[in-house]
Amino acid sequence: MNVLICIAKVPDTTTKITFTDNNTKFNTERVQWVINPLDEFALTRAIEIKEELGGTITVINVGLADTEPLIRKAFAIGADEGIRINAEPTDCFFVASQIAHYAKEGNYDYIFAGRETTDYEGAQVGGIVAEMMGIPFIAGVPKFDYDGTTATMEREIEGGKEVISLNPPFLASIQEGVTEPRIPSMRGIMSARTKPLTVVEPVEAGSFVGVNSYELPPAKGECKYVEADNAEELINLLHNEAKVI
Amino acid sequence: MAVLVYADNSGGMVPNSALEAIYYASKVAQEKGTETIAVAIGTIDNSVLESLGNYGADKVLHYSDDKLKDFDSQSYTKVVSDAIGNTGADVIIFSHNYASKSIGPRLSAKLQAGMAVSVLELPKVDGDSLTVRRSVYAGKAFADVTISSTTKIIAVTPNAFSPEVTDKKATVESAGVDLTDADFGMKITATNKVTDKVSLTEATIVVSGGRGLKDASNWGMLQEMADMLGAATACSKPVADMGWRPHSEHVGQTGITVRPNLYFAIGISGAIQHLAGVNGSKVIVAINTDSEAPIFKAADYGIIGDAFEVVPKLNSAIKSLKG
Repeated sequence: MNVLICIAKVPDTTTKITFTDNNTKFNTERVQWVINPLDEFALTRAIEIKEELGGTITVINVGLADTEPLIRKAFAIGADEGIRINAEPTDCFFVASQIAHYAKEGNYDYIFAGRETTDYEGAQVGGIVAEMMGIPFIAGVPKFDYDGTTATMEREIEGGKEVISLNPPFLASIQEGVTEPRIPSMRGIMSARTKPLTVVEPVEAGSFVGVNSYELPPAKGECKYVEADNAEELINLLHNEAKVI
Repeated sequence: MAVLVYADNSGGMVPNSALEAIYYASKVAQEKGTETIAVAIGTIDNSVLESLGNYGADKVLHYSDDKLKDFDSQSYTKVVSDAIGNTGADVIIFSHNYASKSIGPRLSAKLQAGMAVSVLELPKVDGDSLTVRRSVYAGKAFADVTISSTTKIIAVTPNAFSPEVTDKKATVESAGVDLTDADFGMKITATNKVTDKVSLTEATIVVSGGRGLKDASNWGMLQEMADMLGAATACSKPVADMGWRPHSEHVGQTGITVRPNLYFAIGISGAIQHLAGVNGSKVIVAINTDSEAPIFKAADYGIIGDAFEVVPKLNSAIKSLKG
């Protein structure tokens, strides 16, 4: 079983978001970088399945050399091989083009991506890769099983759930629920140093969406308190003052 | 060149989020001096499709092939591509939901089209480019992004636009496209649709509970409140992790981002990852025993008190209000 997992570098979810250069760049000062949490769910689920069926798990990242510690982290969790496409990830289309170009040459049973990254939240890389490869794409999978021939997964559609089965190759974008993240073992951390990390130069690809500037939401006004003994008053305020019920 | 908008079909109805997308599309079309064409897939009454005109659609293309009864990103993308080809549309609008996440990226690849999601404002047209404001970092910031490709895809955030409703009727045209086995990649083996439940991303009111509720069995009073208000229920991450509530209800940075008119945070302390998922809400109410809980900094209204005493009082007040 060969599996490819797309991983992205994002700020830790507790990061206070600020911007620099006249609000045109994300302020990276004192930011702790992590593997996109949804990508890590995907990686961990793939490792669990590999522990039953055997195979090779490759992680792929489009990024500059500063993403390599995260690829090593993926090794420590249990990935076998890593590919870094040496380019600044400019937009979803560009990133997906790089991954699709590489993935077409590999013989992967399936490909995982996170449903979206927790920073830019484009929610497109997986779907674009799938279309470029001409394979099925299932967006937002919270439950995934694979028996070596057929994959069974859930997807959350508007107002419900569906169980889907299909045979490789396909691409699924993973969301929370699929499994719990793992803390790397000491053995994992030791072996991470020697696992193969290959750097590949990017191919020509378009980039169609650019960020001009960022803005933080306006500060919230003061909270208006209602006494717990007089809780009914809150409903009155929501009805007559805020007019939301 | 026309503006095309995807009209979701939820069991024969077009949900509010899609009506908002149609309204948004009509505003873009107005700015461009062109028409708004909606595309609808599957079984849906003609009267429902005509009524999309109320929200700004001039025309509806209806693809009702039986083969399209199940959502498949490949076949559905083929249909929307066909509609784009027939109408020469160069701006495609979705509501940001399951369909936009499944069809949008495939269209992006097929048409070399840039796509912006979680869009909060109408676009600024600047020559051949469109600039839109979107939410990033789970609502912790906004970004103004420019789409520079010839074809542009925009997925708008649910509950960010209030359509002006007119009595215009859309003309409905049946349309078809040749579908082969190669257009279907998956088999749906079970469907579990909860039709009487309000969808979390679409809900105008959300009642959300945290660890302060102490146990899964204590959700009854929240459900009661939600039922009376026509609200969806939600929860914080620890609650989903402990299995008290399904992950599909987890609101926050790694879960779902919501922006209802009213968000009740009950027994939720308000970790930064949780606030990220809810701070687009118009009004936030916090109920917590801890007066220092960060949720009060994000809240518009607060009650410092025990949820088990406060919520029943609120429920009885809602009951008298709703009569």
